[in-house]
Order: sequence, then structure tokens, then C-alpha cells
Amino acid sequence: MAHDTHGQHESNLKRIWTVFGILSAITIVEVIFGIAKPEVLFMNSLFRLNLLNWLFIILTVVKAYYIMWAFMHLEGEKSSLRWSIVAPLVFLIIYLVFILLIEGNYIFDVFHESQYKWIF
Amino acid sequence: MAATVTSTATTGKTWDGGNEPMGASYGKMMMWFFIVSDALTFSGFLAAYGFSRFKFIGTWPIADEVFTHFPFMHGVEAPMYYVALMTFILIFSSVTMVLAVDAGHHLKKTKVAVYMVLTIIGGFIFLGSQAWEWKNFIGGEFGAVETKGGSILQFVEKNAEGEFKRVAVADFAAHLPTSRVDKTRANGIWFEDAPALPEFTVEEVAEGLKAHPNVVIRTETIDPKTKKKVVLTRDASLEAIKGGTLYVKGANLEHNEYGHKLFADFFFFITGFHGFHVFSGVMINIIIFLNVIYGTYEKRKSYEMVEKVGLYWHFVDLVWVFVFTFFYLV
Repeated sequence: MAHDTHGQHESNLKRIWTVFGILSAITIVEVIFGIAKPEVLFMNSLFRLNLLNWLFIILTVVKAYYIMWAFMHLEGEKSSLRWSIVAPLVFLIIYLVFILLIEGNYIFDVFHESQYKWIF
Repeated sequence: MAATVTSTATTGKTWDGGNEPMGASYGKMMMWFFIVSDALTFSGFLAAYGFSRFKFIGTWPIADEVFTHFPFMHGVEAPMYYVALMTFILIFSSVTMVLAVDAGHHLKKTKVAVYMVLTIIGGFIFLGSQAWEWKNFIGGEFGAVETKGGSILQFVEKNAEGEFKRVAVADFAAHLPTSRVDKTRANGIWFEDAPALPEFTVEEVAEGLKAHPNVVIRTETIDPKTKKKVVLTRDASLEAIKGGTLYVKGANLEHNEYGHKLFADFFFFITGFHGFHVFSGVMINIIIFLNVIYGTYEKRKSYEMVEKVGLYWHFVDLVWVFVFTFFYLV
């Protein structure tokens, strides 16, 4: 039993450096795309957000996954603990961002389309 | 009712202590509780940033034009490189932290101590970098004019490649004689506080603009077709400057030369709050490091405390990953 809970007695060094490599690579890719801003991605949108930004957000979530799973060692925890942490966060953050961005977009439209103008 | 009656044998197992729900010790679980709530706080901030940005999506500052500094490279436009460097510093200090945790599992005291020191150093370097970033942001480089409506007019000039580049107001503004002088309480018996003399008045900027035919105004508005800020023609520039009310250089909580006022507010608040987390993380790391070298955990035969502060430290790194994306990339 005791051995199970301390299952990480064999060294994780290889895993740690692999994850460091992955995180660095993703960051470098992000910076390259951020500076180059390829037209194809930058000028085309999906759901009113351009593809480049989608790429950045997806890469960020991938980074977050590696940090939480490998560095914060969620992969070694019981799945009940793992999901009681991750599930509320995922649900609440998506929910919050969804309502706030919709609302922000609506206010922009009100400013933009209505009689009321910012002309000065 | 029989179903609710439990035998003493099972209550003994459940309630007599030493039970670890979900296989995590008390301290570790509480650290996770804290991290979940703190993560939601940061999500709230970043979502509020997104809200304001979507609200002013047509005029929001473009990060590449704001953060262009790199140490020892004066005058060179280097967007993103510096924050990318900061990201690396934080990721690397996360790696040394996780190495310390790993060494802790093998009860190797010296190794844990060494990795903790490296983590602490990484934290300090990050804090220093952030201070430098703030210094540039607050100090500003070019200056701009704020209009009655609170929008920002920046000044640009075409360079050899035909691209518009910012020009510093100080380089073209005229110097008009003024009767106003800065006085302090020491200058007289009757003294009333007044705003300090601005570096330039709007009239001086307008005069300078008239005298320099190459300089034009760049507005806050983003052209949806090119996704770049709209640059006015020469005539429109001379017209637009008439609406100016204030010369702004750098940034504070009320005015900033980069664009919408909320941009600087969110920048200070979110990176400041994150920086404060890094600072507390470094302090906690130092305490744990001292415990390591005093041998506290050696006696306990468990380095779980290192693991717990490690969780916090990785969390700080995690938040930075998101701040990096939403402030500098997106």
C-alpha cells in the first residue's frame, strides 16, 4: 500500500526534461508566429477571432496541460482528485469567458451601430 | 433506518484520523483548494480584460507596438522577445523546482537545497525583469496627445521602407514662451497647489506638428481590413490635433500614451498581481529552503513541504503562461 502512494520513487528526471523541451518549443513557436504574423492565419477568422489567436490559445492550453499534468504531478494523483480540480476550473472559466465576451461584443455593437457615436 | 447505522468497525476506519481522501494529504489538498480559488481569481481578471477589450475592439492598443524594448538594445524594435525571455526564466525555475521535489522523494538533502536556490534565483530574475518592463511602460518613449474624448493621438513618420514609425514628441515639438512657472510653497506666503507644468503643452505639440511636414498622426482606430492603426493624412492630422487636451508620456492609472486608458490599468493590475504572487512565492521558497538546510524535513523523513510550495510555484508559472498569451500574443 505504502508503495503505491509513493510510486514516484523511481526518478522522473527524463519526464521533467522532456516536458521542459516541449514547453520551450511551444513558446518558441508562439514567438515566431507572433512576430511573423502569417497573413493566412492573421486575416481569417473563426467565430470572430482570427486563426492566429486561436492557435495561440490552443498552444497555451497545451502548455497549461503539461505544467499541470507533469510539473504539478496531476498525472500521478488519483483521478478523483485530478478531476475535482480540473473539471470545475474548465467549466467555470469557459462559462465566465463565454458570458463576458458575448456581453463585451454586444456593448461594442451598441457603441458602433447605434445613433450614439464617439466622434471626438 | 437500519441502513444509516454503521458498525463501529467502519466508523473507526473513517473517522479516527489518518484517512486521506482522494489519496492526498491534508496540506497538499488545501494547497490545491487554494490554487483552484486563486486560478478563478486570475481567470476573473483575464476575463474582465477580455470583456473590456471586446468592448473597445476597434480601438484597443496593439501589443507589438507597446512592448518593444529589449535590454541593451536601445532604439531597436524587439516586440515579444523580452517577454518570451521572461517566460523562459519562469519555465526554467519551474523545472528546477520540480527537480527539487524529485530529489526530495529520494531524500537527497543537498540536491534539494541546490535546486531550491536555483529556483529562488530564477524568481528574483523574473521579478527584476518585470520591474524593468514596468519601468519602460511607465516611462514611455515617444509621448502622445490625449483628446477631449479620451482617445490617444500618436505621431508617426514614414521611414525609408515606407512604413510608419513613431516619432518622439520631444523631437519635433516647438517651444513656446509661457508666463507660467513652477512654484513651491517656499516661494511665497500665499500658495495654492496647481498641477505641475507639463513637459509640453498641446499648443507646443500642435506648433511642432505644423512645422514638420513629414509628421502625421496615427489614431487609435484599427482598420479592419489591414488590422493596423489608421494613419491620418497631413491635413486630417492638423485638424485632429485641435481636439487635443493633454500631452501624455508613458503611463499611469489615469492616462497612457499607448491607447485606451483601461489598457494600462489592466496591465498594472494583472501583471502586478502576478508579480506579487511571484514575490510571495520567492519568500515561501526561501522559508522552505531554510527548513531544508536546517534538516527539518530530513528529520521528518518526508520532503512533502517542498512538494507543496512546488505546487504553488508551478501555479505562478501557469498563470504567467496565460498572461503572456493574452497580454502579448493575442
